[in-house]
Amino acid sequence: METGYILKARGITKSFPGVKALADVDFSLRKGEIHALMGENGAGKSTLIKALTGVFPKDAGQIWLNGAEISPRTPLEAQQIGISTVYQEVNLCDNLTVAENIFSGRYPRKFGLIDWDKVYRRSEEMLAALELRIDVRQPLSHYSVAVQQMVAIARAVDISNGILILDEPTSSLDANEVKQLFNVMRKLKDKGMGIVFVTHFLDQVYEVTDRITVLRNGSLIGEYATKDLPKTELVSRMIGREWTESQESKTAADTVDDVFLQASGLGKKGSVERIDLTVNKGEVLGLAGLLGSGRTETAKLLFGIDKADSGVLTIGGEEFALMNPKKAITKGIGFTPEDRKVAGIVGELTIRENIALALQAQRGLFSFISVRKQKEIAQKYIEMLQIKTPGTEQKVENLSGGNQQKVILARWLATRPKLLILDEPTRGIDVGSKSEIRRLIRELAADGMSIVFISAELEEMVQCCDRIIVLRDRMKIGEVRGADMEENNIMRLIAEGANGYGESNGLGA
Amino acid sequence: MANLTASVRNIGRNPIIWPLLALALLMIFNLIAIPGFFSIEFHDGRLFGSVVDILKNASPLAIIALGMTLVIALEGIDISVGSVLAIAGAMGIFMLDGYPTWIAILAALGIGVLCGLWNGMLISILGIQPMVATLILLTIGRGIAQLITGGRIIDTTSASYTFLGKGYFLGLPIQAFLILIVFALLYVLKTRTAFGLFVESVGGSKTASRYAGIRPRSIMMISYAIVGACASVAGIIVSANLGSADANNAGLWIELDAILAVVIGGTSMRGGRFYLGGTVIGALFIQSLTTTIYSLGVPAESILLVKAIVVILVCLIQSEAFRKLFVPVGKKAIIE
Repeated sequence: METGYILKARGITKSFPGVKALADVDFSLRKGEIHALMGENGAGKSTLIKALTGVFPKDAGQIWLNGAEISPRTPLEAQQIGISTVYQEVNLCDNLTVAENIFSGRYPRKFGLIDWDKVYRRSEEMLAALELRIDVRQPLSHYSVAVQQMVAIARAVDISNGILILDEPTSSLDANEVKQLFNVMRKLKDKGMGIVFVTHFLDQVYEVTDRITVLRNGSLIGEYATKDLPKTELVSRMIGREWTESQESKTAADTVDDVFLQASGLGKKGSVERIDLTVNKGEVLGLAGLLGSGRTETAKLLFGIDKADSGVLTIGGEEFALMNPKKAITKGIGFTPEDRKVAGIVGELTIRENIALALQAQRGLFSFISVRKQKEIAQKYIEMLQIKTPGTEQKVENLSGGNQQKVILARWLATRPKLLILDEPTRGIDVGSKSEIRRLIRELAADGMSIVFISAELEEMVQCCDRIIVLRDRMKIGEVRGADMEENNIMRLIAEGANGYGESNGLGA
Repeated sequence: MANLTASVRNIGRNPIIWPLLALALLMIFNLIAIPGFFSIEFHDGRLFGSVVDILKNASPLAIIALGMTLVIALEGIDISVGSVLAIAGAMGIFMLDGYPTWIAILAALGIGVLCGLWNGMLISILGIQPMVATLILLTIGRGIAQLITGGRIIDTTSASYTFLGKGYFLGLPIQAFLILIVFALLYVLKTRTAFGLFVESVGGSKTASRYAGIRPRSIMMISYAIVGACASVAGIIVSANLGSADANNAGLWIELDAILAVVIGGTSMRGGRFYLGGTVIGALFIQSLTTTIYSLGVPAESILLVKAIVVILVCLIQSEAFRKLFVPVGKKAIIE
């Protein structure tokens, strides 16, 4: 076995009922490199990582760590031999303190008791190394998702033995935090650590990685040095066809303003300051802003998941002071939440049931959609949205992230909504699905559906939207349309004023 | 051959197979070890025998367990069912003194539903944990029943009321039909309305269900009210069978057997999928086990021990992790 490798895996194979998730995949990680693992949804990235870290057993193949063959059977075993992973969704305990999260399961002892001084001191040091200065005695739930992610990384770095796996670590970070994370990654790399970096952001791959391994449909496509693989080449290898940056044609924004929904003075203490907005029929309205700017919170008020404490919503001439999801659905509003795993899918239920859920809720308890009819509906959307599954009766939790997102889209499309609110529908999914979803948004709008679209990627918002409302510090600070709708303009709107870019998280106005 | 193994595997995935298997094994054991266990006599237009007794005696447990299935599917629990049973029985007998039978029955059902709504309110609106919320009624319930009976054991001679506990229909004890009716009602509610889907969805993820427009609160209120109604049906059966209401002892500890019946039936305490048929099988198993142990003449002091050992075995059969130690289940289902 050659030296210089931390991790080598050969012939990894894994099947699930109905799906061959990995077929004979090789992977290797050198000392002191950042190695990107790329592929579309369902390509097998997460499966490979889970096989490496013992989340489930591989069916075949061998893994060597620092030259010795290993075969971790549980994530704990993997941690004990020094393979630690930070997953896409933060896997920590909300109700424990930051320090407890970093040290849980391996507290330092003094005279047989937990040495709390050391726990707090070391936690602070570790986070300081990530340039994060927070009170480690506060419960984790006190902090934003971005901070929680950093805490997870701090824990992983401390446990690891030369190898760190980051599965989509940047999807919930803002630009500044990503920069910070990259600094930390480079530092760790200089110390000789090998980092596996899974992401969907192409720019980030070129900014920070040394090598790229591409997977497609569970098979290895190849391993490349980042500098030798142009971006277009990478994309075409990932999706297996020639790919041109899609420029979805936009309908001319000269349609007569035919208002579907109007909000005036809509607000909730600690969430969004009184906001005025209108959504016209057949338009795509963007809500842009940083994490915590109030974009998601506004959407939640429109759908009634959170109760507004001021303001009025007018839908089709009817006024509502208090909205709730049931009422919203009856009025033709649908909502795909940003946290797909917790607020979107019901993992234990089948694709059919997940798709039928909102339509059934709209129709009420007694107007039951027969199972046969549910199957027809599910089958229709599986074909229309190209959901990758052997059938309608699969558990949704067995699907990849992008396909789960499509199931939730199908759930709402089945209700034939007049207004669809999409909160980060493209987060954490591959380029192919992303452009499919963008195209779908434009098609739906062309058919007369109103869309409220939220995304962290300004580029995609500018591509999709007819009009963008910009938020900062829980307030509406501007609106752009037509020729003004440019990334730079929006960035300037977000950045100008007292708060710099990336510093506005959690500050009350 | 491949088809056969595939269908065997499919059967293995259906959770109702395991309680059925346990019940079948117990019956085979009875067939061999207890002569005359399956003998049924017919006189005066009625059937007599151990199997008939099991159907009759299992009815309060089976009916309560059916209701319990719903709240367990919602990640909840109702440990007040024994007390509600006592309250409903007391109410029924109490109302017979001066009111017609149908009013007594409606009053018993009504107070049970009321108890269920109380539990549902504490849990879904005030957000109290189900175990704690229903502990309240478990504790004070028997006190309420005593207030109704005035601290005595009250009795009745109403033939139309006691028919619900002693009567026979088509040669079978009336209880067998009551189990069937409650099962059928809930089964229709599960498969012919959206209630089943909503319960399984809320049990699977309350947050996601709320985002999909379901109201978890209403679903929970309805479910706890149904458990309350089931407990009162059981209370009517028990008090009708005895012709009296005993506030202190009626339905004592039945909540534990009911939870056990649900779990044996394949419904997980973590909520989500639920199996009404499995629950009935689970309740019949528990009652059969009791009958078997008595028929075998196990010494009184060992009865609970024997019961515990059998229950452990059944729970092991139910455990997928335990089964995997012996049979690799569904490992090779690959579609290339």
